[in-house]
Amino acid sequence: MMLEIKNLHATINGKEILKGVNLNINKGEVHAIMGPNGAGKSTLSSVLTGHPAYQVTEGEVWFNGKNLLEMSPEVRAREGIFLSFQYPVEIPGVSMVNFMRTAVNEKRAHMNLPQLSASDFLRLMREKKELVEMDNKLTNRSVNEGFSGGEKKRNEIFQMAMLEPQLSILDETDSGLDIDALRIVANGVNKLKTKDNASMVITHYQRLLDYIVPDFVHILYDGRIVKTGPKELALELEEKGYDWIKKQF
Amino acid sequence: MNEQNYIELYENHKEDICKHGDDLLNEHREDFFQRWRKTGFPNTQTELYRHCDLNKQLAIDYGLNLKQINMTQGNVPFQCAVPGIQSHLCFVINDTFVSTQESELPEGVILCSLRKATQQYPDIVKAYLTQLTKGSDDAFALFNGAFAQDGLFLYVPDNVQMERPIQLVNLMNAPIDFMANSHNLIVVGKNAKAQLVVCDHITGSKQYFSNRVTEVFVQEGAQYEHYKLESTGKNNTNVCALMVNQEKDSSFLGNIITLHNGTTRNNIDINLMGKGCNTNLCGMVIGDGHQTIDNTTRIVHKESDCNSNELFKYILNEQSTGVFNGMLKVMPDAQKTAANQTNRNILLTETAHIHTQPQLEIYADDVKCSHGATTGQLDEQALFYMQQRGIAQKEAKLLLMTAFVNDVIDNIHISSLQDKIRLLVDKRLRGEENKCQTCKACH
Repeated sequence: MMLEIKNLHATINGKEILKGVNLNINKGEVHAIMGPNGAGKSTLSSVLTGHPAYQVTEGEVWFNGKNLLEMSPEVRAREGIFLSFQYPVEIPGVSMVNFMRTAVNEKRAHMNLPQLSASDFLRLMREKKELVEMDNKLTNRSVNEGFSGGEKKRNEIFQMAMLEPQLSILDETDSGLDIDALRIVANGVNKLKTKDNASMVITHYQRLLDYIVPDFVHILYDGRIVKTGPKELALELEEKGYDWIKKQF
Repeated sequence: MNEQNYIELYENHKEDICKHGDDLLNEHREDFFQRWRKTGFPNTQTELYRHCDLNKQLAIDYGLNLKQINMTQGNVPFQCAVPGIQSHLCFVINDTFVSTQESELPEGVILCSLRKATQQYPDIVKAYLTQLTKGSDDAFALFNGAFAQDGLFLYVPDNVQMERPIQLVNLMNAPIDFMANSHNLIVVGKNAKAQLVVCDHITGSKQYFSNRVTEVFVQEGAQYEHYKLESTGKNNTNVCALMVNQEKDSSFLGNIITLHNGTTRNNIDINLMGKGCNTNLCGMVIGDGHQTIDNTTRIVHKESDCNSNELFKYILNEQSTGVFNGMLKVMPDAQKTAANQTNRNILLTETAHIHTQPQLEIYADDVKCSHGATTGQLDEQALFYMQQRGIAQKEAKLLLMTAFVNDVIDNIHISSLQDKIRLLVDKRLRGEENKCQTCKACH
């Protein structure tokens, strides 16, 4: 098993958001996490990646047999967890090239691999840019600075392609995307899918799941996964609305 | 020593000071002394020194070399932090000018000690010396007028474009607690071009106090660049006045970088005397420990159609203190002025302090002036974003800090110097030694 979440409780500023999440993810699987606003979807992604604002009060998370909660955010990333941010951060003055080179080489060092040479690195950049149809001019700029909403999301998938994570968490990757951008982003994600990696797709709407087809759909409500089903569950949810879930619990 | 001690020192040794001092400085010495005697040293009640209290440093019993005994003999085990920039190199060791005279200067360029210049070219020196200091009421400029005996003299004749920069290394080195006063004079002729790199360094562990004045005259159509890099130590107090007069259509670039120091006060005064001047003044500070760095700047637009742009950035860690006083004055005749002033600061700890005071006085009505001062911490969201990509927190902070000062370093127009400073800044931010390991000279 790649990821094993057991009875995970987490708080922010003393307020409990996750109230006992249980979830298992295996290699090669795509899991969708759906749920109404405030259910704890983004909290789950923040806790898994080690955001310092959140406190885990109970439960365990195992990633490839290692205790994830004991790792710093950067070690989790190097171990293979990637978060495509709902709101990617602009970092003026830090060039995309410098940023990516540092990230790739830190990961390689963690895996006891030699640093990439400048030419190998640029070749890798070129190759991965094509995958997400990313404009050259974007990679020549500072990280996300002045990028449109769509460009930022595309840049997230580009970084994912560069870092080749084992587990990708896509947090509301569809928000703010028009239909063309959505297709490009989803295509990128699908091309990166292998039998050895897995994705957790966090989304509010069913729309993205037309493009990234999940093996499982989980409904998160009030800090717990209250329902799990096949991909058809997403359609049912779309039809009936979240009130259907709220009434049941 | 207190003020009374310095008054007695001056009165008892006036003869020696003059005997070993530059003749033209001597002409004004008594006048400066009397004016300084009236004002005395500033204290925290003095508006412009409110956050820069130097009384503790002034109380130390420094030695002064009033007889100008040669203190430069013997090998000083010293290497400048930015060697290898292909410069014409000279030193002011404590208060004595030393030229290495290794390189040939372009025809007509004079680079020598002020004392020698006064003997050989009295007419040139006389036309400029103390023209800017005599209007100053800053206590340290007045004190310098009373005690300074020598310094660097640079004259670039009309239409001479110097290709290589001049590098002045101010070095404090003495076996006792020591004070040095020096006075530099720089004249860049019409349509001439010159670059000066000033490096402030120390060796040894005594307490040092240096009080340096530089007067610069940038003539019509001339271009002058002034880089000041301070990499000294906690046992050093550095008061440094840079006074610049810009004539019509001239351009000036000043870049004031403080990496290691004890207490530093930079007084930068720029007067735009003619139309069409361009002024670009910037600087950066990286402070930790108990470093104190005060940049007090004044840009005065006296004539129309001039542009000035000012940018100062501070990164302060631990208990360090930064001060930025930025006065921008637009006089009634300075219509069509475009001026911008920016001060941005990052405090890395709760115990670091920044005092920032932008001041705009505008007496003309057709101008475009803007200013902004911000103080904050490193962007937590950006840090987490980088960590999520596998970048260690320490490295992520370094990337953010490097990015923060990047635009100041971009304003170094000598590429070899820019490379060296990038390296020094990187080492500084990593908390490493300030030695430049890339060049053989340092080993």
